[in-house]
Amino acid sequence: MDLAYGPKYEAFREEVRAFLTKHKDQAPKGLGAAGRPSPEACSWQQLLIQHGYAARTIPKDYGGYGAMPDILESRIIAEEFSAARVPAALQNQGISMLVPTLLELGTEEQKKKWVKPTLRGEVVWCQGYSEPGSGSDLASLQTKATEDGDDFVINGQKIWTSTAHEADMIFCLVRTEPDKPKHEGISYLIFSMKTPGIEVRPLTTMTGHAEFNEVFFTDVRVPKTQIVGQRGQGWLVANATLKYERGMLGDPAAMETRFQALVDLMREETVDGQRAIDNPIFRDRLVRLQAELAAMKFNGLRQLTCASRGEDPGLARLIVKLQSCELTHQISALAIDVMGEFGVLYDDSPYLRSHGSWQWGYMFQLGLIIGGGTAQIQKNIISERGLGMPREPKLAK
Amino acid sequence: MEFALSEEQRLLQDSVRRFLEQNAPLDKVRLAAGDTHTVQRSLWAGASELGIPGMLIPEDFGGMGLGFLDAAIVYEMIGRHVAPLPFLGTAVMAPLALMLAGSEAQQEKWLPKIAAGEIVAGVAVTEKIGIREDAGVKARKGTLTGKSLFVIDWAEADFYIVADSDHGLHLVLPDAKGLSRRALNTIDRTRSVGELVFDQVAAEPLPRSSADAVARMIDAGRVMLAADTLGAGQMMLEKAVAYAGERKQFGRVIGSFQAVKHLCAEMAAALEPSRSLVWYAAHALDEVPGDARLMACHAKSHLSEVGRFVARTATEVHGGMGFTDLLGLHYWFKRIGLDRQLLGGPELVRLEAARLQGWAA
Repeated sequence: MDLAYGPKYEAFREEVRAFLTKHKDQAPKGLGAAGRPSPEACSWQQLLIQHGYAARTIPKDYGGYGAMPDILESRIIAEEFSAARVPAALQNQGISMLVPTLLELGTEEQKKKWVKPTLRGEVVWCQGYSEPGSGSDLASLQTKATEDGDDFVINGQKIWTSTAHEADMIFCLVRTEPDKPKHEGISYLIFSMKTPGIEVRPLTTMTGHAEFNEVFFTDVRVPKTQIVGQRGQGWLVANATLKYERGMLGDPAAMETRFQALVDLMREETVDGQRAIDNPIFRDRLVRLQAELAAMKFNGLRQLTCASRGEDPGLARLIVKLQSCELTHQISALAIDVMGEFGVLYDDSPYLRSHGSWQWGYMFQLGLIIGGGTAQIQKNIISERGLGMPREPKLAK
Repeated sequence: MEFALSEEQRLLQDSVRRFLEQNAPLDKVRLAAGDTHTVQRSLWAGASELGIPGMLIPEDFGGMGLGFLDAAIVYEMIGRHVAPLPFLGTAVMAPLALMLAGSEAQQEKWLPKIAAGEIVAGVAVTEKIGIREDAGVKARKGTLTGKSLFVIDWAEADFYIVADSDHGLHLVLPDAKGLSRRALNTIDRTRSVGELVFDQVAAEPLPRSSADAVARMIDAGRVMLAADTLGAGQMMLEKAVAYAGERKQFGRVIGSFQAVKHLCAEMAAALEPSRSLVWYAAHALDEVPGDARLMACHAKSHLSEVGRFVARTATEVHGGMGFTDLLGLHYWFKRIGLDRQLLGGPELVRLEAARLQGWAA
């Protein structure tokens, strides 16, 4: 155990700090919603790429900074940006999922065309995976792509497509080989959201907001060249991408920020003149969550060390999505409970606390527990891959 | 930056694991449950060949001079094998008391004997955490009066470290005049706890005693109990997974049913981050003093909750067999049960954690 970074990395930390001191005034105000980055956010992102604080390990030829991967450097960048409360590199599905997939499996032309503008925030992507009939069993998806001359013609429907209403492009799973077993008949296509025949309808969730969309395809023509990987190999391509999606969830620093906000809330909210934090039951719940959070934080450090040595952290990694989503949800739940009736105020009600964000979070985070592989799917993964327990007997092919 | 066990620590853990696999199999544990002392003595002598009793004791006194993380991973292995060893009091809390508060003469007299595995040292600090049944020990003119409950490594102790009600620590010999002792029989028969009643018992004060020394003994004890629960819980999970892979019902191994798999996944999901927390809490005792007390509280309370969940869930996965004496799974269940209550149950420890942060009076 050595929790010091050492002189080489501390020097790097100083570089990051110097950059932040010099440039923080140029940073866009607020983190900005997911979706299309503002012009200020785009120019900030470009400055970050130029200095290696975004797209750090992406080759220069494709618009990145071209540094060797170094997980500790990445962590120091994240720590310093967070400490300075300055927006870090853009995070969206294009950058986190499509770019690594193209770099791994795309053609040279695809990489040259799409990686750079995606990294710079100029091209926004959405992900066309889930369908109304294909959630946990994603490989059963039915959106069809039929060959017609040099094109595929796409018909079907996608759901849970966040940012579809703002996206320029979609990376989409379609069935090109309807007669093959379900995993072998899928292809991975990329195409413009302006292609005729695409209709985007907002999908309002229990939060009252439309954080997602449904996307309908009617005779949408896509040139065959816009396939990533081989025809019928889309499942493998998608799994390369899903691997990157799981990495996006469960950031202990974000949970710590929420926890600190909860502590502040419990110091402010009173019932009969007693602060919530002075109520022994609420306080006990708070400390219990704090311990769980500490465990997840150190679990993160342990994974970091494994990653820096090129080792697979195994169970320590497999449990992150399940545990983090649950813990985040419980932090919101306690916030609501300490507020009592005030905890269920919503929209623009009088007496609303924190703009209703705790209640919104409590509902939205339930979506996170379900999305990206439900809690039950996570438990299958943990037990099968982590503990080596038998798989479910296969029924459907 | 390295959040991991070192190569030496992995080797240490492996050697302790191998030693316990060979020397503390379940039939030995069963034997110990009927007669703790004999088994404990011979096993402790064996453990001393690995340096376990003196692992925290400086090399000048015949120990290994290792740190709390080393001790925690060893106690994890001891918990894994529900081994009847007097580790908590003898190898951790009593040496710590002597090192923090003892005179040079006391250290020279007792530490080498502990390190050699020749003696057992009991520790009476329960009343520093909470007083029940009018317990508590008053020191007056070199004598102790009162009583202390749930004394750790109580049986066969060659001396006791006793905390009085005023942050004093004392060394008491078991045959001292006016001292009477009663065993307290808990569900966990692999470790002894008992009661000491003092009627003007002559005691030798540790001259450098302080509130801080007592608190640091308790911090270390809590982290060790968390490590013990981690090891015991990990073993229960492994046993549950193995059993579910063999037991057949409805023509399938029960481990292929999601109802069973998901229980195992939940246990793993709870245990895995706990391991990281125990490592850090133990590391902090030596290296991050500002964090040590809070993290000891978190480790103790969190592992108590995780341990309870794993103990009942792993038993359930074993079905009726888990409930019987045949598999001996209950030794782990009971070990985790005692860990939870010793040195403060989770609610009490969380209150302390809140106080440390100014969240409670």
